[in-house]
Amino acid sequence: MPSLLSDYLPLVIFMAIAFAIGLALLIAPFIVAYKSPDPEKLSAYECGFNAFDDARMRFDVRYYLVSLLFIIFDLEVAFLFPWAVAFKEVGPLGFWSVIVFLGVLTVGFIYEWKKGALEWD
Amino acid sequence: MDVAAVFFYLFSAVTVASGFMVIAARNPVHSVLFLILAFVNSAGLFLLLGAEFLAMILVIVYVGAVAVLFLFVVMMLDVDFAELKQGFLQYLPLGVIIGAIVLVELVAGALTLVPSPLGKPAAPTPGVSNTQALGRVLYTQYLYFFEVAGLVLLVAMIGAIVLTLRHKRGVRRQSVAAQVARTKATSVEVRKVPSRTGV
Repeated sequence: MPSLLSDYLPLVIFMAIAFAIGLALLIAPFIVAYKSPDPEKLSAYECGFNAFDDARMRFDVRYYLVSLLFIIFDLEVAFLFPWAVAFKEVGPLGFWSVIVFLGVLTVGFIYEWKKGALEWD
Repeated sequence: MDVAAVFFYLFSAVTVASGFMVIAARNPVHSVLFLILAFVNSAGLFLLLGAEFLAMILVIVYVGAVAVLFLFVVMMLDVDFAELKQGFLQYLPLGVIIGAIVLVELVAGALTLVPSPLGKPAAPTPGVSNTQALGRVLYTQYLYFFEVAGLVLLVAMIGAIVLTLRHKRGVRRQSVAAQVARTKATSVEVRKVPSRTGV
């Protein structure tokens, strides 16, 4: 499909330029910047103390719930994109099928809200 | 070699390499990041096939949401992964067998030795974009599957809430409705206080 792919040529050029600029900014400091390395500069620093323990600790399970609920609504929106594009062709049946789909998920949304899943604690 | 072939080999090489790194990386967080790289390059492969909608959904849903979920899971599990990998080699025969089965299935499917139960693939629709062709059939012809997808999402939502929602006891929340519903009569009391006696 040459016509489809040629539509993406500007994107390829854009990404190539972005990559080149990013790489240049990454490499330039190694060449031009003043360097005086010291191990103390790399050590962990915590408000004047040495770090007490590892910074990588366990996440709260509630983050998981938030991102799971986000995925579900993300997928719901993903189902709406083809609908928006083909909106004039699907007719009343297509319209109401999506309304029912949204209604089903609104039931879940009301449950989630009333249950307090959107509150932090 | 034309440009599409160059990009095909670029995307597939990076996909395979990052797929290898997913299982080879020592740090599980790095594994997830390589998984994201594999997803992005698969999206590029879909784009080369002309499946624009699938490519964009792969980026939005998998990279944007599923990979974040994986990161949370990896960071939530407080497992010593170095210890977990101690007995890694004893699972090698089982892994090789499963990998061989998947490989045979993929090759047989690619060569269409096995007839597909789904029937013939749909004819290409020239002049119509990928997303539009999907939209034409998804909401009318495949209506039941679409609604079932909605129910699956509902079940996932309720299941996630039931399994992970734990409320702390004794948390004092702000209740906006109760605050707004207060009137002068319920909150203020005016009394005549006699001199030198108090209330």
